Amino acid sequence: MTEVAVKPKLAVWKFSSCDGCQLSLLSCEDELLDLVGQVEISYFLEASRAEVEGPYDLSLVEGSITTEQDAERIHRVRRVSRRLVTIGACATSGGIQALRNFADVEDFVAAVYPSPEYVSTLEHSTPISAHVPVDFELRGCPVNKYQLLEVVRAALGDRSPPIPASSVCQECKLRGNVCVLVAHGTPCLGPVTHAGCGALCPSFNRGCYGCYGPMESPNARSLSTWLQKVGMDDVDLVRVYRTFNAAAPAFQRESERHDHSA
Amino acid sequence: MTIPLEPQARSRRISTAALARVEGEGAMNVRIRGSEVLEVQLRIYEPPRFFEGFLKGRSYTEVPDITARICGICPVAYQTSGSLAIEQACGITVDGPIRELRRLLYCGEWIESHALHLYLLHAPDFLGYESAIHMAADHPALVERGLATRKIGNQLLITLGGRAEHPINPRTGGFYRAPSREELQPLVEPLQRALEDTLDTIALTGTLTMPELERDYEFVALMDDDGRYPIDRGRIISSSGLDIPPEDFEEHFVEEHVAHSNALHSRLRDGGSYMVGPLARYSLAFDTLSPMAQEAAGNAGLGPTCNNPFQSIIVRGVELAYALEEALRLIDAYEQPDPPAIALEPRDGVGSGVSEAPRGILWHQYKIDASGTIRNARIVPPTSQNQRAIEEDLYSFVSEHLDLSDDDLQWQCEQAIRNYDPCISCATHFLKLHVERT
Repeated sequence: MTEVAVKPKLAVWKFSSCDGCQLSLLSCEDELLDLVGQVEISYFLEASRAEVEGPYDLSLVEGSITTEQDAERIHRVRRVSRRLVTIGACATSGGIQALRNFADVEDFVAAVYPSPEYVSTLEHSTPISAHVPVDFELRGCPVNKYQLLEVVRAALGDRSPPIPASSVCQECKLRGNVCVLVAHGTPCLGPVTHAGCGALCPSFNRGCYGCYGPMESPNARSLSTWLQKVGMDDVDLVRVYRTFNAAAPAFQRESERHDHSA
Repeated sequence: MTIPLEPQARSRRISTAALARVEGEGAMNVRIRGSEVLEVQLRIYEPPRFFEGFLKGRSYTEVPDITARICGICPVAYQTSGSLAIEQACGITVDGPIRELRRLLYCGEWIESHALHLYLLHAPDFLGYESAIHMAADHPALVERGLATRKIGNQLLITLGGRAEHPINPRTGGFYRAPSREELQPLVEPLQRALEDTLDTIALTGTLTMPELERDYEFVALMDDDGRYPIDRGRIISSSGLDIPPEDFEEHFVEEHVAHSNALHSRLRDGGSYMVGPLARYSLAFDTLSPMAQEAAGNAGLGPTCNNPFQSIIVRGVELAYALEEALRLIDAYEQPDPPAIALEPRDGVGSGVSEAPRGILWHQYKIDASGTIRNARIVPPTSQNQRAIEEDLYSFVSEHLDLSDDDLQWQCEQAIRNYDPCISCATHFLKLHVERT
């Protein structure tokens, strides 16, 4: 008996972002052609002008929602996707664009564009989960490409991806790094930041700056006390929590505790 | 369906709603009546992200981490131009082994970016495929060579920067940690192999059928202060004799806001459009290319200047070979900088920095105060500088190729846009194709 194997369809969608996370897929130099053998890459504008109609078995979504049009488009993407996985900090927490959530967006428009009337944008940058149900959120600014491959394989195999929700601290211990906060007094967000990078920054003699966003159960209040002991003031604390995951709830709450500007 | 009243008045509208194989979101509109091109628009609808707005009130030390996020494909360009600007504001020039390490890191970005564009984004246009994935079925060795070349660029970024996208190791003043000579050695052999492959690829690009288009561009590029091919810094020069330091940029270039785009358009203050990127660098700095790169260019049919934008695929190959060779040279001459960064003391001041992103010059300027807080930020990315030149290329190309069918015209117009390897995410900080014949 012969059966024509139908390959699962993969789509990659972009919203407001830097393209870095979808680029990680093209950076899987050793795995990309294998992956192409296993799935039909049906929609991936950064790589191809060909488009295969949905529905899609797996949609990878990069970027956050910052315009009315995108707020509608994400619903269309959800309707044609059996599984929807967000990739990266923008799609998962609103990204660095969410810094607008703490200010008046009109001021930002005026700071960048001489004719603000030509620009249409929403007041807030929001994660995909604020608009449609999401099956899995992969963190990181950018995502780790090996985790991305695991997520794709898991989705195709109908299993949950083995992505730990522990902290960067644990990855640091596994690597055998000396603690930069305890030993050198270098401010580090490792204790509250989601694992996934492999404790990259501490391995390069710098503190973690939280680009994977909050871990599962972060105690940011306690960490802030430690950071104050190594010399950070409230202005510094607001800055460290307000970067690439500024609107992730745990980081947002902690930054607001130290923000006396309002 | 419209029925033309008379043949010469046939109207056509050619459009691409979402351009593929570019970084970011853009579209193209071309409107034609009979043999007249009425309008050409490169529309940039990627949502604006307001980086200059966020940077106000941040610390001067945050510039490399924050501005890297403007672009996932050329973060090192942002980190470098940003650091140069902050360093100038603090009255510091970073020279010696730290500068050489920056240039080596930057070579990594040129290698991964040029390899991605040449093999995976641009070559499919010349060989008639929708994508590199489709091309791989017939030309597996070419695609594998592209991936392998990109990989060594990424390995260089990972070794020096910690990771390929948004490297974590660069900082204002230098690096958090400098690699040892031993850590660089595993890069040598793959770089040598990629250089040999690239020379073969340059020869191959020389045999491709090039659509005809010659334009009299005003080229703008950097001139390296050490007489090397421009990459990591330099003075701004042009084909008409401009020669200025980075801080004089705004005296000579202006950005304008047009309704159809979320990217600002740049032009020369006392003139029109200009072009930045591989063709500009090649044509203005040919003399500083290595003999090997010059010879490879000659063998592929290029002279010392290049005015056909479609030949940018050859020029990118030549620059790719140069970056590989330069990386090997820098590794061979490497001295581990100690300390890995120069300490900066903030002071009231303004600083400007410019470097050659793979797509062309990227200019930053910051005003900081004595506490190190950023009071103002200005960033001018290469793709917004090229937007006018792209629209003018499309206008010339369409005018000379009205005999093409709508489908062929659309594809070749898209290809004409991809000649620039436009990075739309950068330009909104910034693209869409739409051809209309009426």
